[in-house]
Amino acid sequence: MDQNKGILKVRDLVVKFRVRRRELTAIRSVSLDLYEGETLAIVGESGSGKTVLTKTFTGMLESNGRIAAGSIEFEGRNLLELKTDKEWEKIRGVKIATVFQDPMTSLNPLKRIGIQITEVIEKHQKLPPEEARRIALTLMEKVGIKDVEKRFYDYPFQYSGGMRQRIVIAIALACKPRILICDEPTTALDVTIQAQILDLIRSLQRDYGFTTIYITHDLGVVANVADRVAVMYSGQIVEYGSVREIFYDPRHPYTWALISSLPTLARKGEPLYAIPGTPPTLFNEIKGDAFAPRNRYALGIDFEEEPPFFKVSESHYAKTWLLDPRAPFADPPHAVKLMRKKGNIYAEGGAAEAGK
Amino acid sequence: MNDVLLSVKDLEVTFKNGKETFTAVRKVNFDVHEGESFALVGESGSGKTTIGRTIIRINPATKGEIFFAGKKISGIIDRELDTYVIRNIQMIFQDPMASLNERATIDYIVSEGLYNFGLFKDENERRGKVFKALNDVGLLEEHAERYPHEFSGGQRQRICIARVLAMEPKFIIADEPISALDVSIRAQVLNLLHDLKKERGLSYLFIAHDLTVVRYFADRIGVIHQGELKELASTEELFARPLHPYTRSLLSAVPMPDPDVEKEKRLIVYDPTIHEYEKEGPSWREVFPGHFVLANSGEEAEYKAAYS
Repeated sequence: MDQNKGILKVRDLVVKFRVRRRELTAIRSVSLDLYEGETLAIVGESGSGKTVLTKTFTGMLESNGRIAAGSIEFEGRNLLELKTDKEWEKIRGVKIATVFQDPMTSLNPLKRIGIQITEVIEKHQKLPPEEARRIALTLMEKVGIKDVEKRFYDYPFQYSGGMRQRIVIAIALACKPRILICDEPTTALDVTIQAQILDLIRSLQRDYGFTTIYITHDLGVVANVADRVAVMYSGQIVEYGSVREIFYDPRHPYTWALISSLPTLARKGEPLYAIPGTPPTLFNEIKGDAFAPRNRYALGIDFEEEPPFFKVSESHYAKTWLLDPRAPFADPPHAVKLMRKKGNIYAEGGAAEAGK
Repeated sequence: MNDVLLSVKDLEVTFKNGKETFTAVRKVNFDVHEGESFALVGESGSGKTTIGRTIIRINPATKGEIFFAGKKISGIIDRELDTYVIRNIQMIFQDPMASLNERATIDYIVSEGLYNFGLFKDENERRGKVFKALNDVGLLEEHAERYPHEFSGGQRQRICIARVLAMEPKFIIADEPISALDVSIRAQVLNLLHDLKKERGLSYLFIAHDLTVVRYFADRIGVIHQGELKELASTEELFARPLHPYTRSLLSAVPMPDPDVEKEKRLIVYDPTIHEYEKEGPSWREVFPGHFVLANSGEEAEYKAAYS
């Protein structure tokens, strides 16, 4: 992925929210590069900050939130210099569009489907109604709606959940965005429909050439869609790398814990691995590694000092003291070893790191 | 196998809306044995939740019968039996955020069923039962005085389970109990349900759309589509030899946390029109021992041949 061009560059981003007269740090210094044409998946549990992070890309933070530090570089400028909604409108929905989890809440229940797509095109591309309608119909066909002339005049309630999500995707693509953020796009859908939507986004990405960010907590979805993965915990990215590196050779104990808790890797009848405790409150300043209290591999230093990113490969970094040369050997959990084996079998078969 | 605890026979459930009737569940048959976890898997709208709700008598059965511990519990039943059903069959719902009364303390929430049926002699016994239920799900006695909003999603689901346990039921219907929870919390709740089964010999009807969870949790699985049971087998058998095209499509759709597997994956889309049922309609057939499928004789031969 190195030879690829960076499209979005986040540096040392800090986001704070004011809640009941106290301040909460939701994003604790995140840096991230997004490369043109790739699919990046951001994984983490609820409250880890994955949605907040991507909301800063489109200036959609709630009114009690503010960006306390950092920069987001896109098309040669720092997005954080944009102040008014008017300025943001040239980016949001036009250059960077978002597909949200629940298609019912992102559509207006009182407006016909076709009209909702058309108005986006009219507004952003300043096209006459007839032209906008033609584009809307093409988009509907593109996202797999049949009998579009008729369904153009239907209301959202006449569409099934999967079909609604297709419409939301059509609206998001109406302005040919460069980046599409998919925030848990299939969580509210059935598995069979989910698989179809993931396929659809993939094929549209080929046709339209946009870059995709997936936000999800489902590692199955990540394995399906991602080129690269960033794992978030308590407002920080703790590990990132290619999808094969994260699944077959994870290094951060939090990533280990996530993989260990998957029922697919468990042996029937044996207890599943459960991460003890809960994430720390973000109201207080966190000393050391935020995951340390729940981490059975925690070292003394984890409670004292925040670990830096250690390099595993050109594309793979993890923020854990376990990678420090002075750290004692940590034997990864069974599930992780199992995944290593799975990955290696393929690697020996000739399809090495860059392959596939 | 143990004795049959719950038996659903030719169940049909229809809903009426004015003149329109809609059949949500059609000719469904299955048994749940004592100490067994039986899973119903299907998409939304398949009727799996309706079956659960019909068992605990929220929805009436239009046709067919349901037996629990040898007694018929569908249709009109006397008050005594009704009490028996409520005490012994309890339900855990999907969304722990929506299923707890925000204005009641945990103490009240867990004891509500005890109050309703006067299941305690004195205050001491009631407190004792509440504390025991909370302990069983890994919560502390001090939590009893708190309110639901003070708890995380996983803890709330534990409270829902504690409320169920306080009734000391024989049978628990768990309707997507972990779908609304985070991955890391899911494991905790699944472990808890599993331990309770082992310790108390509880039986479960587990309703889910996620086959990966079911594979880990269930002893037998019934696959349901548009109100009809399409296939039923033990978990190992169903994953090893899926017969019905719908089951295969479900299995193909499950995202596996393994990038190499996912890249190779081919999605099977189920087309309900492929069946040729004009000449001979489908019936419920045992293709392999304990492995049932809805098919006609031609399909049965075809399914059998595929695995021989």
